[in-house]
Amino acid sequence: MNRAKINRLKDKAFKYVGLFASVVGIVILSIFIGFVIYMGVERLSWDFLVKLPSRIAANSGIYSAWMGTVWIMVFTTLISFPLGVGAGIYLEEYGNKNRWSSFLEINISNLASVPSIIYGLLGLGLFVRMMHLGNSILAGALTLSLLILPIIIVSTREAIKAVPNSIRDASNALGASKWQTIWHQVLPASFGGILTGVILALSRAVGETAPLIVVGALVYVPFAPQSPLDEFTVLPVQIFNWVTRPQQEFIINAAAAIIVLLGITFIMNGIAVYLRNKWQNKMQL
Amino acid sequence: MNIKEKIIEKVLAFCALVTILTTVGIIGVLLFEAIGFFREVSIVDFLTGTEWTPLFAEKNYGILPLVSGTLLTTFIAIAVALPLGLTIAVYLNEYAPRRYRKVLKPLLEVLAVVPTVVYGFFALMIVTPFLKLFVPDLAGFNALSPGIVMGIMIIPFVSSLSEDALAAVPNSLRQASYGMGSTRFQTAFRVMVPAASSGIMVSIILALSRAIGETMIVAIAAGQTPVFTFDPTVPIETITSYIVKVSSGDVPQGTIAYQTIFAAGLTLFVVTFILNSISFWIKNRYQDKYE
Repeated sequence: MNRAKINRLKDKAFKYVGLFASVVGIVILSIFIGFVIYMGVERLSWDFLVKLPSRIAANSGIYSAWMGTVWIMVFTTLISFPLGVGAGIYLEEYGNKNRWSSFLEINISNLASVPSIIYGLLGLGLFVRMMHLGNSILAGALTLSLLILPIIIVSTREAIKAVPNSIRDASNALGASKWQTIWHQVLPASFGGILTGVILALSRAVGETAPLIVVGALVYVPFAPQSPLDEFTVLPVQIFNWVTRPQQEFIINAAAAIIVLLGITFIMNGIAVYLRNKWQNKMQL
Repeated sequence: MNIKEKIIEKVLAFCALVTILTTVGIIGVLLFEAIGFFREVSIVDFLTGTEWTPLFAEKNYGILPLVSGTLLTTFIAIAVALPLGLTIAVYLNEYAPRRYRKVLKPLLEVLAVVPTVVYGFFALMIVTPFLKLFVPDLAGFNALSPGIVMGIMIIPFVSSLSEDALAAVPNSLRQASYGMGSTRFQTAFRVMVPAASSGIMVSIILALSRAIGETMIVAIAAGQTPVFTFDPTVPIETITSYIVKVSSGDVPQGTIAYQTIFAAGLTLFVVTFILNSISFWIKNRYQDKYE
């Protein structure tokens, strides 16, 4: 009797322990973000967005940093989107279940768990030194593209897998070739899912810091880049730069830049979640 | 027409091939530079030395201080993420009503979305000063605070993988346990968790691999002092933060200092590769248990 009571009590208690565990992380994160906003909001102004970094903290801005981020993201998208979607289509529609395709799959899931800083070393050895691209936007974008490729491939495959086979059969029965079926039927039907995956992958790339530091983005860049071969810095690297300074003034700059970076990240994820819900509803019909 | 189809297939195959080339590139670049390093430094000294001073006048190349720093922050992170993540997985799978799940799961994912450089700022500016209230001896840079913050970051990682493992356990086991008169708590921890243990192991190993490779949080908040210690209150240096430190300065190519980051990177790659392989092996071996 007594033991049964204790057991029931444990059962009840866990309901609250579980709920507590589920929210404790997000509560702590909210406190952190509140702290950063409190700290950095005073520095956040139009001037902060359009000024270049400077040795005097109060005169510093993030113009070259967010311009660098825009450049890097444009080129990362141009490189990783066709490669990732192409590889996803190949694995899902062409890859027969032989040893070659299972080797490709193991390799991709392994790449997905390689630490991002290792991609930085790859970029440093291959793009910066061997291909002589220097600490350029192109070298950084190529590095980030390889980093997010596994994410894009996996989500492309899932989106294509969700397209019902009846659509392919119908298209084939009407005499369409394999590629015509993919291009006119499968891709339009799975586009929402693919787009969601690509945006999520890009939102990861926006916040990546370590690989870009390794390929040389931690430099003083007193200008906005003009071409893909220019040196660059990006928002997260600028934040790292300011955080590591001892003066309190620069820490406030870092907090203000974090507000901007978090804003970008959350907006991108919000768009992705919105698209995913819309697409999933459509697929269920 | 037929030729066009063939060309398209070849182009798509090339896209897939890029992933293989990436792996070959990583191994090639790391090995190429690391071999240059190991011509100068013996592998035995590298793996057993307890002093790491490649940038000083008197150079020592023992990687153990960096390894101890990495292990220290990793274990603190796991000590935070594992109990919380597992509790969440059990709660969401066995206890939570549907509408709670629908809100809680996306909220948890937010933790994984925040850039790591931001978490580093939190560790340095908020968590360390807070912990100092309780541990007055805590240094400004230490392993404890970035470890805890890293743990919070990988909670959703552990919880979602463990939840998948729990969800894969057949309902019949749960029903049988209820039939014997068990409470939900007993069912969860004496039947479901043991039954899902292989999947939970996978989540722990992948979380370990993730924490070992995490860079910015430790680079910002753990310090840059390679010491061979397991004291969480003093400044340390991890493998990843050493690579960041050297990359931040201008180290000329071809020097030993330049090559050390590739030797350190190779060590990191080998360790995470082994962990990933183990998790893959467990998954393959036990995945079909309930099918």
